[in-house]
Amino acid sequence: MGAEFVQFSLVPILIGVFASIACALPGNFLVLRKQALIGDAISHVVLPGIVVAFLVTGVIATAPMMLGAAGAAIVAVILIEAIKRLGGIEPGAAMGVTFTTLFAAGVLLLEQSDTSNVHLDVEHALMGNLESLIWLRASGWASLTDPVALSSVPDELWRIAVVAGLISALTLAFWRWLKISTFDPGFAQALGIPTQAVGFALVVVAAVAAVAAFDAVGSIIVIAMFICPPAAARLMTNTLTTQVWLSLGFATISAIGGYVLAGYGPLWLGGQNAVSAAGMIAAVSGFVLALACLFGPQRTRAGAAAEA
Amino acid sequence: MQAFWDALTLNAGYNAALVTLGAAMLGFAAGTSGTFLFLRKRALVSDAVAHATLPGVGLAFLIMVALGGDGRNLMGLLAGSAMTAWLGLLTVEWMARRTRLGEDTAIGAVLSVFFGIGVVLLTVIQSLGQGRQAGLEDFLLGSTAGMLFEDAVVIAIGGALAVAATFVLRRPMTLVAFDPGYAAASGVDVRRIDLAMMGLVMAVTVVGLKIVGLILIVAMLIIPPVTARFWTEQSDRVIWYAGALGGIAGYLGAVLSASAPALPTGPIIVLVSAALFTLSLLFAPARGVLAAVLRHRQFQRRVHRRQGLLALAHDEPIREVYTLRLLRRDGYVRGDGVATDAGRAQAAKIARDERRWDIAREVHQDAGLTGRYDGLTPIEQVFTPDEIAEFDRLIGGPRQVEEV
Repeated sequence: MGAEFVQFSLVPILIGVFASIACALPGNFLVLRKQALIGDAISHVVLPGIVVAFLVTGVIATAPMMLGAAGAAIVAVILIEAIKRLGGIEPGAAMGVTFTTLFAAGVLLLEQSDTSNVHLDVEHALMGNLESLIWLRASGWASLTDPVALSSVPDELWRIAVVAGLISALTLAFWRWLKISTFDPGFAQALGIPTQAVGFALVVVAAVAAVAAFDAVGSIIVIAMFICPPAAARLMTNTLTTQVWLSLGFATISAIGGYVLAGYGPLWLGGQNAVSAAGMIAAVSGFVLALACLFGPQRTRAGAAAEA
Repeated sequence: MQAFWDALTLNAGYNAALVTLGAAMLGFAAGTSGTFLFLRKRALVSDAVAHATLPGVGLAFLIMVALGGDGRNLMGLLAGSAMTAWLGLLTVEWMARRTRLGEDTAIGAVLSVFFGIGVVLLTVIQSLGQGRQAGLEDFLLGSTAGMLFEDAVVIAIGGALAVAATFVLRRPMTLVAFDPGYAAASGVDVRRIDLAMMGLVMAVTVVGLKIVGLILIVAMLIIPPVTARFWTEQSDRVIWYAGALGGIAGYLGAVLSASAPALPTGPIIVLVSAALFTLSLLFAPARGVLAAVLRHRQFQRRVHRRQGLLALAHDEPIREVYTLRLLRRDGYVRGDGVATDAGRAQAAKIARDERRWDIAREVHQDAGLTGRYDGLTPIEQVFTPDEIAEFDRLIGGPRQVEEV
């Protein structure tokens, strides 16, 4: 647990934790608003956004890809809303039509364009590449205070840390608005809170979180972290503040536990190769949720008789 | 272009023809069975089911290899994927019923966690040894290259069974989709029918893994029913329209994909389906956007014409441009805005009908008939000539008015 840990595991674990937190925070409100699947839709449409950004700029650079992905997410939200209103179609189906179509377009664009010389493929988009984000120059814990070594920390870490910080700040700043408009939209409107704008902003923040996390960890973690930790926390408490803190705790546990299990688990079982960290983090978050479903103190609906 | 015609007429080679027919059958089966999901407002449950197939594929591969088999046997892989898809489905049901979490949360949780486990299993398989993984990743997006005759047979049989089951179960499934409460009261086991519905979806998903892959199979289950809904109001017809639309999308998609390089079958099928959806959204009669716009324009025209004629009847000047243009086009006013004879006659009729409606509202205090007064419906459509004559008697003939 010394130099090797700092070099190979510290950065991916931190990235995983930050990504999980960035997604779990908006996830709390999405789950409470019964919009959990918006996260699913967003993480699918990130792919076409990134491909288009790549085709337009011709390079794999972070800024255009983030913009492209965020743009695609917003386009998707608008399309879903348009199909819902124009066609009179229920939200789930409208979402299904939109994100599958955009995803298919993304795959097609990817196949049509010459991306063979760059690292851009569907599997990478889905599964991320957490394991490859290693800190090459690190030689031990002392490197944490060494500016030369610190300069070689993968950019993804700083990026996701900034996004996680930003989302935390926004959540704090708009806490009252979010809370009231989530639980009682009518009351919120009476108070003069722009509920529609809050709803849209929430989706945009979720999109930003998804895009930033997607860059480092792939879309499975994004969906899992939007939903599993908040859902598990929801089954533990009836207080929103407690729920959000619990969800952050669950997210952190899933990220660390998942990474460690993926990296070291196979070795303990006598295997030789690590397995996908992204997949394992999602699996651990699912395990946490399963425990909450089985034993969470607030797992049943309020007023519902406890069934055997 | 030649390549396209060849593919369209199934002359572009054995494999392409196989894929095309398979895709058409799959599209038909997916469209029909997806209809009930859509009508039941549970379209996205299929997304959870589809993603939950991945760990099954991985597990089946590992088990077949452990037993000394090939690991790539399609039947084995599909059986494995069906197992975990079913497990995922039951988990969604259980979470939505037994915990306070909504179905959307349950769907998202199952989808991401099962998929995550699947990805872990894929990496395990990759680490087992090179060259043996046999492109299990193909199940993500489908791969029709090198499809075997046996694969096509599996798809055909699976699709046919799904369509047959949909046909047999269409009555109870329709009942449950529209009114679960009534269905339960009339002795239908709603939960069992729901599971049967999901079983069908699962069957189609598993069968479609090979062609469109697990991420896009959802589109084949959702888009055709949503499209079909634009064309009819009858649930029986929605099923077969959706099947036909799905079949067309599958056929055309496979043909397009065979006629040029770098056109992957799955995404092309989805995009063809999406194109049919967009066309329907815009141009379907009654429910389409264009029809709605036309209806709105027509309504606008009637309101403006009536207001204009009422203004003529009261000798009020009309300044609204659109109204003037309408009246001029109908020959009711001259270019300078003065009413023609026809215009005066029409205006007098409108004013008289307005007066008749006033009387009608006094006579019939109940809202049953007079509730239909919207200022636009001609009174002759609501009341009989006898009744109208009675109104006219109440209004009375022209009376002497004093000069002002």
